[in-house]
Amino acid sequence: MSQTQSNASRMDGPGYSRRSFLRNGVAMAGGMAAFVAALRPLAELGEGALPSMDEFLQKHYKEMNEQEMQAALARIEAKVKERWDVDAEVRDVRPRDGVEFVYALNLSRCIGCRKCVHACVAENNQSRAPEIQYIRVLEMPTGTLDIEQGDHDYDHPTVPDAGHYYMPIQCHQCADPPCTKVCPVEATWTEDDGITVVDYDWCIGCRYCEAACPYFARRFNFAEPEIAAEELNTQMSYLSNRPRSKGVMEKCTFCLHRTREGRQPACLEVCPVGARQFGNVRDPESSVSQILETKRVFVLKEDVGTLPRFFYYFDERYPRSGETAVEEG
Amino acid sequence: MKEYFRFLWRCFRLSLVGDWRYMTWMTVLTVISLLGLNAYAKQFVLGLATTGMTDQVSWGMYIANFTFLVGMAAAAVMLVIPVYVYRNRELHDLVIFGELLAVASICMCLAFIVVDMGRPDRMLHLFERFHFPVSILTWDVIVLNGYLLLNLHICGYLIYCKYRKRTPSRSFYIPFVFLAIVWAISIHTVTAFLYVGLGGRPFWNSAIIAPRFLASAFAAGPAFLILALGVIDRFTRYEVPARAMDTLRRIVTVSLIINLFMLGSEVFTELYADSAHSVSLKYLLFGLHGYDALVPWIWTAIVLESLALLCFLTPLGHQRTAMMIACTAIVFGIWVEKGMGLIIPAFVPSPLGEVVEYVPTLNEALVCFGIWAFGLLLFTIFVRITIPVLSGRLTFDREYDPNEDLEPAAAASETLSGQAARG
Repeated sequence: MSQTQSNASRMDGPGYSRRSFLRNGVAMAGGMAAFVAALRPLAELGEGALPSMDEFLQKHYKEMNEQEMQAALARIEAKVKERWDVDAEVRDVRPRDGVEFVYALNLSRCIGCRKCVHACVAENNQSRAPEIQYIRVLEMPTGTLDIEQGDHDYDHPTVPDAGHYYMPIQCHQCADPPCTKVCPVEATWTEDDGITVVDYDWCIGCRYCEAACPYFARRFNFAEPEIAAEELNTQMSYLSNRPRSKGVMEKCTFCLHRTREGRQPACLEVCPVGARQFGNVRDPESSVSQILETKRVFVLKEDVGTLPRFFYYFDERYPRSGETAVEEG
Repeated sequence: MKEYFRFLWRCFRLSLVGDWRYMTWMTVLTVISLLGLNAYAKQFVLGLATTGMTDQVSWGMYIANFTFLVGMAAAAVMLVIPVYVYRNRELHDLVIFGELLAVASICMCLAFIVVDMGRPDRMLHLFERFHFPVSILTWDVIVLNGYLLLNLHICGYLIYCKYRKRTPSRSFYIPFVFLAIVWAISIHTVTAFLYVGLGGRPFWNSAIIAPRFLASAFAAGPAFLILALGVIDRFTRYEVPARAMDTLRRIVTVSLIINLFMLGSEVFTELYADSAHSVSLKYLLFGLHGYDALVPWIWTAIVLESLALLCFLTPLGHQRTAMMIACTAIVFGIWVEKGMGLIIPAFVPSPLGEVVEYVPTLNEALVCFGIWAFGLLLFTIFVRITIPVLSGRLTFDREYDPNEDLEPAAAASETLSGQAARG
């Protein structure tokens, strides 16, 4: 490089010629334009897709005082009104003292009609597209309890199908839940009555809880949930069936907005064969307490040690009391 | 302080100049990064439905790349140990390249986590209700960001001292160096524990995952560093000492042997006992009920890693070209093994025995490529700035002539073309 030329090119600092500076300027401008162009899809963000300031500042469920909770509930009602033009009633239903809910499912009775699946979707305002369902019914070949042999997609004109029994699986509301343990922001926790809930306004959507669950009980909103206005259940609660946004986790809550007020969960109410039993296990007179005491119950995947509050049992063939006594040995 | 900002400004300007190869490389990376950004903007609007993930396979390429890159960040520590623990002074400058790679890798890791989040707008919730120490993910947040800061401090301090022609004060960086060694091990262990701690996923619920993480990281990280140093050695005036390459090559060889040994132990344990727990591994290696998306990938990885090991164990490994090819094979092999090979099979079959295969979408792949391009862009800029500083050609009292940095022949041709354009 000749000395004169290098001197001439050092107009704006040695080493950077005017030409390269101009070239860089053009490149920078082009780069900025390309950057803006790359972000163009953001222009399609719909109204309300980004959180409002109030929503952004909303506290964690457990930290809200009465007034803040009322404001949050009103905000949800307003959003429902805006999106579906429907008047919803959103409440914050708290657990009752001395109550621990337990589910018991009679595998001898279940016929695999999947009415529970659809009643659940209708009750809890799950997304219809993409489809989200909390209950999975497995069609099991008789002769095994290995759920890996179950068929998830069975489709017969009528049920039950000969040679099979049916095993509905939903959130087991574990007493030692791995899903709440892993959540980095405590957006999911177990309430005093044993129901594991999600604060949909707190969840960051990392899906760690979904990876942790051994029962495939959690569902993620991969897209903005879609529900027709006329299908919306307008009786909503903060921790259960209010509408969810895209990017958050949801799950079965034992229909806490019903069950905490003494009603039965939707899946139980619709069951045509009475395979489902639900109640307070701390009440010795409740049906579930009776079942746990008298039936040979089991839980799924007992080895993972999560202590489910969801029990399965088979009806016994005949009353044990009527059997002929046989001498031992 | 004013001098420091002037340093940053000069670094920024320096990152914009270079020869045509540098400019082409940077332009290509910028374009891919922007394509990735565009794909992410689409995902931001439409949700994670733009990916191939489902409720059954709820983590995919994002978390796979994240896991691999946590390993890459280990490259630094494998150079730090010989230099500071065994006082191998010759490698001293190279430590900085390792640490810069760590910084770039961690930036990519954090980007992969952010794109995987359903609600990135709620990131601040981490500060408000940090579920520590119960959630291992919170541990990961601490160790990854801590590692980023440690490495930024160490290499930033050393580079700036060199720039100011000061002797670095030992008490200001040596304690951090030793902390970084322990910390590097912690980022792997904690990331492995993310998966290992899940009792409902038998594929992950194995004590060997964390040690295997370390072994594969100590193979892939230094292998990538060999590639980077090879490029630096070839295209800049910076001469990488042959002993440095040799040390790295030995580290890679030993780590690779340990990694393949542990992989073998795991495969044996699972397959010989043939319990119900081994279905995921069978899906990975042989396919399950006709679903075999991962089978070609994992076998390619195993074959490539074995061939690379053979290459390193024979005299062929001392030859520069063969070494470069072997290192590429190792980086790719471990990317498959530790990325998709570790994450996806844990979800197949689902906890209820359902087999749903995962195939990434184009949009998802573009986001991944974008983050990789962005990370390489960062690393290139870091190296671009560091080389003149380390070789004393850019200091606070000396202006830097970019042409000095080129090969003599390239510098001459640049001058000629410059003259032609002017004439």
